[in-house]
Amino acid sequence: MRLDLVPRTRRSPVLDILSPALAFVAAVLIGGIAVAALGVSPGQAFVTYFVTPLSEVWSLQEIALKAAPLALIATGLAFCYRANLWNIGAEGQFVVGGLVGGWVGILTHGAEGATLWILPTMLIAGTLAGAAYAMIPAFLKVRLGVSEILTSLMLVYVAQLLLDYMVRGPLRDPAGFNFPQSVGFDPAARLPYLMEGDALHAGVLIAFVAVVLATIVLARTLFGFEVRLVGSSPRAARFAGFSDARLTLAAFAISGGAAGLAGIAEVAGKIGQLQPEISPGYGFTAIIVAFLGRLSPPGILVAAVVIALTTIGGEGAQIDLRLPLDLTRAFQGLLLGLVLGANVIARYHVRFVPGGPSSRVFP
Amino acid sequence: MDAAPASPAKISPKEGPTPLFGAYGIVKRFGSFTANDGVDLEIRAGEIHALLGENGAGKSTLMKILYGLLEPTEGVVTHKGDIVQLPNPEAARRLGIGMVFQHFSLCENLTVAENIALVMPKELAGKALADRIAKLGNDYGLHLDPSRPVWSLSAGERQRIEIVRCLLQDPSLVILDEPTSVLTPGEAEMLFTVLERLREEGRALLYISHRLDEVRRLCVRATILRGGKVVGACNPREETARSLAAMMVGTAVRDVTPRQGVAPGKERLHLERLTLPAPGLHATSLRDVTLSVAGGEILGIAGIAGNGQAELFAALSGETRAPSPDAVRIDGKPVGGLRINARRRLGASFVPEERNGHAAAPLMSLSENALLSRYATAPLTQFGLLKLGSARDLAKRVIDAFDVRKAGPDPAAGTLSGGNLQKFVVGREILAEPGVLVINQPTWGVDAAAAAHIRQAVIDLAARGAAILVISQDLDELFEIAGSISVLHDGTLSPAIPTAETSREAVGLLMGGSSDHAAPVGDLPLVHETAPVPVPAHAH
Repeated sequence: MRLDLVPRTRRSPVLDILSPALAFVAAVLIGGIAVAALGVSPGQAFVTYFVTPLSEVWSLQEIALKAAPLALIATGLAFCYRANLWNIGAEGQFVVGGLVGGWVGILTHGAEGATLWILPTMLIAGTLAGAAYAMIPAFLKVRLGVSEILTSLMLVYVAQLLLDYMVRGPLRDPAGFNFPQSVGFDPAARLPYLMEGDALHAGVLIAFVAVVLATIVLARTLFGFEVRLVGSSPRAARFAGFSDARLTLAAFAISGGAAGLAGIAEVAGKIGQLQPEISPGYGFTAIIVAFLGRLSPPGILVAAVVIALTTIGGEGAQIDLRLPLDLTRAFQGLLLGLVLGANVIARYHVRFVPGGPSSRVFP
Repeated sequence: MDAAPASPAKISPKEGPTPLFGAYGIVKRFGSFTANDGVDLEIRAGEIHALLGENGAGKSTLMKILYGLLEPTEGVVTHKGDIVQLPNPEAARRLGIGMVFQHFSLCENLTVAENIALVMPKELAGKALADRIAKLGNDYGLHLDPSRPVWSLSAGERQRIEIVRCLLQDPSLVILDEPTSVLTPGEAEMLFTVLERLREEGRALLYISHRLDEVRRLCVRATILRGGKVVGACNPREETARSLAAMMVGTAVRDVTPRQGVAPGKERLHLERLTLPAPGLHATSLRDVTLSVAGGEILGIAGIAGNGQAELFAALSGETRAPSPDAVRIDGKPVGGLRINARRRLGASFVPEERNGHAAAPLMSLSENALLSRYATAPLTQFGLLKLGSARDLAKRVIDAFDVRKAGPDPAAGTLSGGNLQKFVVGREILAEPGVLVINQPTWGVDAAAAAHIRQAVIDLAARGAAILVISQDLDELFEIAGSISVLHDGTLSPAIPTAETSREAVGLLMGGSSDHAAPVGDLPLVHETAPVPVPAHAH
């Protein structure tokens, strides 16, 4: 018995949209079985996971705050992954963006007079720092042929330890009773809140704008065409006159910049100071979000919301139903597997062929 | 699963003795498209049976059904009169059916021996396999080094693997899909010797080729497909190449109009002692290649696959840059250091050998593929934004001008048949009205009507004053369209000789090279004893 995948000659747009939705339903059903096995009513768990978080203002804001960095980072990563470049180090670029952008906030602490330039400078510094940090694996790949997967991943730990050192050393708040944290940023160095008295800050808007921009760039610009062409037919891309090296640098700059911007937006928005840890693993979760959204920016936006929803819902389930946090992680992994699987079914006819393993590759 | 007869049912042959293999009433539908529509075919032991038809006539579908790659919607396949099920290629192979594909399915990173071992039963895939490959290669003149990785081999060498792979399984029926499309005349001669020998051994051969001369030479029975139906059966030896072609396409084939003595203009493309190191371990280095093509002239580059054609094309297109700017000149300007788009802006156009993945991106739409090679020279972008409407218009102009048959308004390039995609790719470059056109294997695996269309378009472009360089392994093609011919052998180029002053034999000898151990001159008694497709002085 073996499986043959025969490419569908014509792809159905309905199936393309429907397949991730069906995958989600399947994941919920399987998750329900797991919940029942743990002795909790699946219906109650469904409400706690997916209904309650959507029915209260504070949890809706939490979802948006969690989804924004995920969507922003994943949108940047889509440029790399579309072009078959494997930037696994968005977490590190996020941290460096937060560190360098936050540094500006610390240096301008207590500044008098015109302070309007401070926040934009922080955002730009964070973006550039993330992009520059991503240039290290990109440059090593272009110049020396080093695998970007390894270098970008290893640089994550360098970035995390660098932040840890800076916060415990040079950037520590002198009046902070030796706690490893910087001074709190001035209001001029904070992202404004969208609604007075709420948690929702302008970082959410930045992520949304980035998704819209990326959609346009990928579909409508020569650069987007280049990214898609290099990913699908690298030799044809060289025939078209596009340079591999240039695209590698550009795609890494975009994804690093997006991650850096997400980092400084998190620091200047939610946190308000530098701490040893500024990310609950956004840079890694964003990899899942990118593929869950099938590397298209609108899909990524939906995927980011879904992942944020299950995370918030999972916290609720942990408190209210005493369900383990691992269940949430398992559910997110299950969802990714099913979406990718459904994607294969949308693109290929699956044939079960009796007999041994295929000895003849389908031409 | 076994390929044992599904039922004791017998099918009696239409005429004569029970055929070795039969296919009766074969219907294959893909959605609403019917690729095979009630096809009957009988293949007898000890015959070479030709299957003729244009691209899209349903030949590949029928072959895949016989090889167990596709299951027919209706109809049965018989072996010695018994109905058999062919759910997969293994079942077909157990019945003694072997296949040599037109498009190779080889793993690039594996060696020749490993690729062959992949399809062999486990007990045969041991160490002795390399010796068997070498022996078979020697016996049949299919020289292969079992330890070389496939990525380092040329198209011609890769096909030898496919043939050897098939012969190692000692098949009683061998299906050959366009086997000579990448072979030189000398290699083809050797293949014909192999095929004759297989036939004398009592095997059946199903032979698919666009080269009607070969069919006339090898086969005494032919089945002709058109639009998925059998439209005729004949003895090719009693037909002419023209009458066979007419049966295939349903109408008389358009002849290529020979060029009306165009006075050569001034030099437009020039290579001056171009020397390039081999880009890979087993690639070919170019040595002192000098050539010159004037406006209105077509220079043909003949040569066996893997003698530097790919490297020469890359050096001309700018995908590989030359060591000195002066080594390549377009309209007198040194361009050796320029990239492909800079050369396009100087009026050059390029058509690579490989349609899928080099000339075109198979997953992208035709309008995006129009963009692919034209965005630098046509007004298809503005401020970095794509003008998708203009790209669609351009694609439509190419489709109309070159009669590209397709499904849907703007389908993915990969859904087109080989001939139609080639017409699109060639049309895309010719509609740019280039001053210099470099085209590699313009009609590889393309049916007769599409090939004639492409060749005519190339000739017409030259008549409008363009300099054209055609790299081709098809000598008939070069003699039909080129004004003069050079031969590329082991990275060196022979001086150009006017086509009228040379012969296929002379060119064939140059292609073999005087010092080539792999293809000694003695083995190259080239060539087609039959006349090539006659080219009357006037067009129909």
